[in-house]
Amino acid sequence: MPATPEFTIDRAGGETRLHLGGSWTLDAGAEMERSSASLVNAAAEGRTAVIDLSGVERMDTGGAWLIDRARKLLETAGVDIRIENPRPDQATLLVEAGWRAFERPRTAYGSPLIAMLVDLGESVVNAWRDFVAGIAFLGRSVVALGRALGHPRLFRLTSLVYHIENFGLRSTPIILLINFLVGCIVAQQGIFQLRYFGAETFAVDLIGILILRELGVLLTSIMIAGRSGSAITAELGSMKMREEIDALTVMGLSPMDVLVTPRLLALIVALPLLTFLADMAAIFGGMVVSWGYAGLGPEAFLSRLQYAIGFNTFMVGVIKAPFMALVIALVGAMEGLAVKGSAESLGRQVTASVVKSIFMVIVVDGLFAMFFATIEY
Amino acid sequence: MIGQAGEQQLREVVIGVRGLLVGFGDRLIMRGLDLDVYRGEVLGFVGGSGTGKSVLTRAILGLVPKRGGTIEVFGQDIDQIGDQGRRALERRYGVMFQQGALFSGLTVKQNVQMPMREHLNLSERLMDELARLKIELVGLRPDAADKFPSELSGGMIKRAALARALALDPELVFLDEPTSGLDPIGAAEFDDLIQTLQRTLGLTVFMVTHDLDSLYAICDRIAALADGKVIAAGPMETMLASDHPWLRAYFHGKRARSIVAPGDALARTEG
Ligand SMILES: Nc1ncnc2c1ncn2[C@@H]1O[C@H](COP(=O)(O)OP(=O)(O)OP(=O)(O)O)[C@@H](O)[C@H]1O
Ligand SMILES: [Mg+2]
Repeated sequence: MPATPEFTIDRAGGETRLHLGGSWTLDAGAEMERSSASLVNAAAEGRTAVIDLSGVERMDTGGAWLIDRARKLLETAGVDIRIENPRPDQATLLVEAGWRAFERPRTAYGSPLIAMLVDLGESVVNAWRDFVAGIAFLGRSVVALGRALGHPRLFRLTSLVYHIENFGLRSTPIILLINFLVGCIVAQQGIFQLRYFGAETFAVDLIGILILRELGVLLTSIMIAGRSGSAITAELGSMKMREEIDALTVMGLSPMDVLVTPRLLALIVALPLLTFLADMAAIFGGMVVSWGYAGLGPEAFLSRLQYAIGFNTFMVGVIKAPFMALVIALVGAMEGLAVKGSAESLGRQVTASVVKSIFMVIVVDGLFAMFFATIEY
Repeated sequence: MIGQAGEQQLREVVIGVRGLLVGFGDRLIMRGLDLDVYRGEVLGFVGGSGTGKSVLTRAILGLVPKRGGTIEVFGQDIDQIGDQGRRALERRYGVMFQQGALFSGLTVKQNVQMPMREHLNLSERLMDELARLKIELVGLRPDAADKFPSELSGGMIKRAALARALALDPELVFLDEPTSGLDPIGAAEFDDLIQTLQRTLGLTVFMVTHDLDSLYAICDRIAALADGKVIAAGPMETMLASDHPWLRAYFHGKRARSIVAPGDALARTEG
């Protein structure tokens, strides 16, 4: 443990001599700050003062700064002060790390109320800007998509297949599992509630319609928004952070063509397929529970199901899937490209991507519900 | 030469590496490397691109696992010290990574204050002043203090990273190519600063560099890495006198010739 930074006072004939001793290093931290403060107090009364460094064992930039700051403070207070007996290295350090004025950073002004209103206003404006940017981005991706379809040479097949594998094949197990479970739950609840009316068999209608029209596609989309939407944002975001996107641009490659279009197409292909699998898994779950819980055998279940639903019931769900895919991919890519230089911004953008795409998925689902109700499909 | 070796034995070894083996996959990067760094010296570490200078630095810092050999820092084997010892050790050194490795979510000032907050007991005001002092010392303009790393130029990142490495006034600093990406004037200022700090604070500097000017200006000793080993270590004269092909190419190449004045260092070694 180094000796504590300290000093002794020697008053003789109007001159205050301050003999510094010990180690004036950053390890001593708070003690050094206290010593420096009392240094100023001790000498402030006198006319002249001398800071004698001969007893100082060690000194680093922190010590030099505090000693020189004390000197400067006394000087401004009108004390005639000098520093004596520094070793050569200490003298250099006192110059290098000597006192200097730093301009104070301007502090933000205003009351918390105003700050809150500013925040509120900002978020309203930002929401509007997001919306406009989203539409613009949609336009750009449609153009890119058109370009890709028009010029097969620009079409990145390898990349497309890779992303279909990533978004589609690799999420199959989890999609099957959660939809199977949800099918079970819907069946169980349906049977349980409808049993009061003696209408247990209508649970099959409930399962068929609810799952095919809504739940299958919705659950799949939400799962994919969390799984693949966030991945798109993180990938594009970290590429943006490391200037990889700029590198693409200067090579004359459009990030839209190279990065966004394959992901967008892959998701548009993968999501309907996943929705189909999800529907099947959920209905299978419903069938298993109906058998075990209501004694409705598979054969009876299937014939009832055939009677309850039509091909259009299935199509209502599947038609929605590519649109969900579009929304998820667009939000993911847009947020990814909005990442700024910092890791924090990446995290923020990934969160925003997941939240916004799930929100948009539900909005789109609502719009479709209205649409299908109007055309009575 | 013998006199010099004897003199060096008296000096305290700050970093001692013996028989170091480091590899990735089935490729060995360090093949039984030995190296000593003495207290208070500036050691320049040279070697071709991809020979493993950064890997060696990271191995000494304990960031890359080694397959064999021992590494002692301040006389302590880094495998033997526990978490406590490691923390105490980390307090004593500062590191400047090749890519800067500034925290992207913090401003330059907060980056510099980060180690202070962790290891020291200082008031907010003093930390603010010391951070600004360090930022000025490394030659950054005061308004850089409140910028984020993504808003800095390449050279500014180097300087900010040095400011952070020096935040605790460490005894030992590791600098990975500190002057690459700086203009020659800035690089010379960098050299001056490192030399001033070394003289005033008794700093030991382990500096990976390709900058011949730095090697001449501030390095007390130079160590050269090739084929996973230190092929030569010693003052500039030793390097110039060596007849290892890589060293000859390095110190007698076109770029070196303009710095090594023919009548100067060469004459001294040969004379
Ligand atoms: N994490 C890693 N995994 C695999 N190989 C690695 C890893 N890190 C480094 N290497 C390899 O180790 C070798 C040495 O790399 P290192 O970064 O130390 O080079 P260097 O000497 O610092 O070069 P430069 O002067 O260009 O910075 C290189 O061949 C590199 O490919
Ligand atoms: Mg390197």
